Amino acid sequence: MATDLQLPVFTNNSENELAGRWGMVIDQDICTGCQACVAACAMENNIPFVGEADAGYGRTMHWIRIERFWQGTFPEVKMTPYQPVLCQQCHKAPCEPVCPVFASVHSVSEDINLQVYNRCVGTRYCANNCPYQVRVFNWRDYTDARQRPELVTLQNQLNPDVTVRRRGVMEKCTFCIQRIRHVEDTAQSEGRDVRDGEVVPACAQACPADAIVFGRVDDPTSKVSKAAITSRGSHMLEELGTLPRVTYLAGGSAQ
Amino acid sequence: MSSIAKPLALPHAEEQEDPREQLMHDPRSRGEMNDMVMESMHSTTWKYWTVTGILAVIVVVCLFYAWYYLIMQGLGVAGVNRPVYWGIFLVEVVFWIGISHAGTFISAILRVLKVEGRRPFTRAAELMTTFGLVQAGISVFLHMGRVWLSYWLIPFPNERGLWPDFHSPLMWDFMAISTYLLSSTMYLFLPLIPDMAMARDRSTGWRKAAYRILAIGFRGTEGEWKNLITAMNIFAFAIIPVMFSVHTIVSWDFAMASRPGWSSSVFGPYFVIGALHSGMAAVAIVLFLIRSTMKNMKYFLRPEHFDLLGKLMLMVSMAWAYFYFNDYIVSWYGGDKWEKIVQEFTEKGPLWYLWYAMLFFNIVVPFAVLWNKKWRQTPWLLAIVGLLINAGMWLERYIIIPETLTINRMPFTWRLYVPGVEIVLTIGNFAFFFLLYMLASRFLPLIPVWEVQEGHESHTLRKIGKASIPTLSDME
Repeated sequence: MATDLQLPVFTNNSENELAGRWGMVIDQDICTGCQACVAACAMENNIPFVGEADAGYGRTMHWIRIERFWQGTFPEVKMTPYQPVLCQQCHKAPCEPVCPVFASVHSVSEDINLQVYNRCVGTRYCANNCPYQVRVFNWRDYTDARQRPELVTLQNQLNPDVTVRRRGVMEKCTFCIQRIRHVEDTAQSEGRDVRDGEVVPACAQACPADAIVFGRVDDPTSKVSKAAITSRGSHMLEELGTLPRVTYLAGGSAQ
Repeated sequence: MSSIAKPLALPHAEEQEDPREQLMHDPRSRGEMNDMVMESMHSTTWKYWTVTGILAVIVVVCLFYAWYYLIMQGLGVAGVNRPVYWGIFLVEVVFWIGISHAGTFISAILRVLKVEGRRPFTRAAELMTTFGLVQAGISVFLHMGRVWLSYWLIPFPNERGLWPDFHSPLMWDFMAISTYLLSSTMYLFLPLIPDMAMARDRSTGWRKAAYRILAIGFRGTEGEWKNLITAMNIFAFAIIPVMFSVHTIVSWDFAMASRPGWSSSVFGPYFVIGALHSGMAAVAIVLFLIRSTMKNMKYFLRPEHFDLLGKLMLMVSMAWAYFYFNDYIVSWYGGDKWEKIVQEFTEKGPLWYLWYAMLFFNIVVPFAVLWNKKWRQTPWLLAIVGLLINAGMWLERYIIIPETLTINRMPFTWRLYVPGVEIVLTIGNFAFFFLLYMLASRFLPLIPVWEVQEGHESHTLRKIGKASIPTLSDME
């Protein structure tokens, strides 16, 4: 008797089961480059400290980073606005189809791009194919207290809602999926919809200038939707057709 | 045995080609040839055991221990970082798969085209396919972050209900390489059967037992020969498209990604010809080593074979130059911002010398040396050219993978790649490749002696003008 194998079907057509499409707006004109979002993200998502040598060699594991550039040559330099870069949660993400084991997947209900840590085998193809270079790899067992005695006390600060990753695994920004899920569950148990501004990811919560706004982009009345449609808005590397979900605001304060 | 016309004494004897250059002009009896091959397999000197022992130690330390260290520590001990997520391990994968193409090309394509000069070195080239693929497979596993879970790439129904993603070029790659490994091993085995039977009849002890199993009862009846020739014909024709597809699919790992410098539609044929380039060159090195270290090999491997190989190397080198130019000029003329940055980084960046070295080794060296027939026929010179070509092709892959990855669309993350434990593992890989050859050289006949005999029997020497040319007899 032939068994009916239930093989998973890879699809991006998730409109039917969509619980809410989340998006973010980052105002570069307000951003002071204080790195509070970077620190908050690391605390919320159990991002390990990689140490001085590895950090200097381009192995920092932050899911959000502040990019800073300048224009001109040395004496006459002019700073450009700070640019916090995190996963853009592409609707058509280049990282997803290249994973051989479905570790980089598209969430059906939230329509964001997630990494299944315990499925990842570490081919690192997704990170190569990410045009924004926002995927980070666990080069070593950074969270293993047996190898790093200084972590014995630091382990107490780990967030119990988030997995601690081991070596050889790719990871990335999840838009703080644990917070989204928590708010969704609360709203469901109280029998109401999720209110605008109820979900706050760690970076937005920590931002002292309120430069990061988070919310549902499929709700035209939400704060994030209104901010995203201003003429100052732009998407990063839009020409690649990845349909990113993060809008950057820059260029004057006329609006 | 067919009659062999003896060359007449000619007035201009010095203009004649040296008859010793050609195997066909120097026939020996079948028993004599069999004994020569058996002797080459049996004779081991202290030098052989010393080299084998050193290679074995290098393999244990540089490959197995270093791999254990890599697995236990994580990829942090290698040089990979952001943005260079793929380093020398992937360079090695492409390099060894490239090396492995030579066997199929020489054996299958030249067999199909009935090129007579192929006969004595098909076995050495076919072994290169299998041994090269072993190294490529090892390098794939070295590369993975969690290699102990690599069986998740195998599509088999399992209770976890999980399935690999066939959208991923890495899955195509996995399928292509495993298909190639299986088919090339079978293709190596088929022409080995008569030689195994020959060795079985001429050996004793454990060798006889092993050869008896490998010969699968081959007695040399006409029906067996007919079936064997049919099977080899089918495999020779079938493995050619497999060979072309394998390296095309390997190139898709890069060409399918949306990276400046990678996303190129000419990568498929360009990689195939690059594979042949390094593979031919590697065959030249191995043939030189076999000829100069093993007994009786100077009889089988003549200057004419190096001449043939040299011509192939020259042809493939020019074809490679054409494809490289094609790939280069399109992205140069296209003027895409990121492609331009990648090209400028390759040519004027901190590693500019690698680019020039690649072009020099891959194009200039073969072009300068291989037009000369006397130089082509000099085994050590051909081996040096082969070594330089292989260095050039290794650099080509290094430029395509870690160097191109240095540049991406986020200038904030640009960073150079400095190899770490990869260097040790690369040494281990090369040692393992040569160790496999060393062991095979004393267990398998490196000369397909029945093919050489078939060549002798199916040809007669005819006088055409001053030269005596081997021509097909009525047998074929």
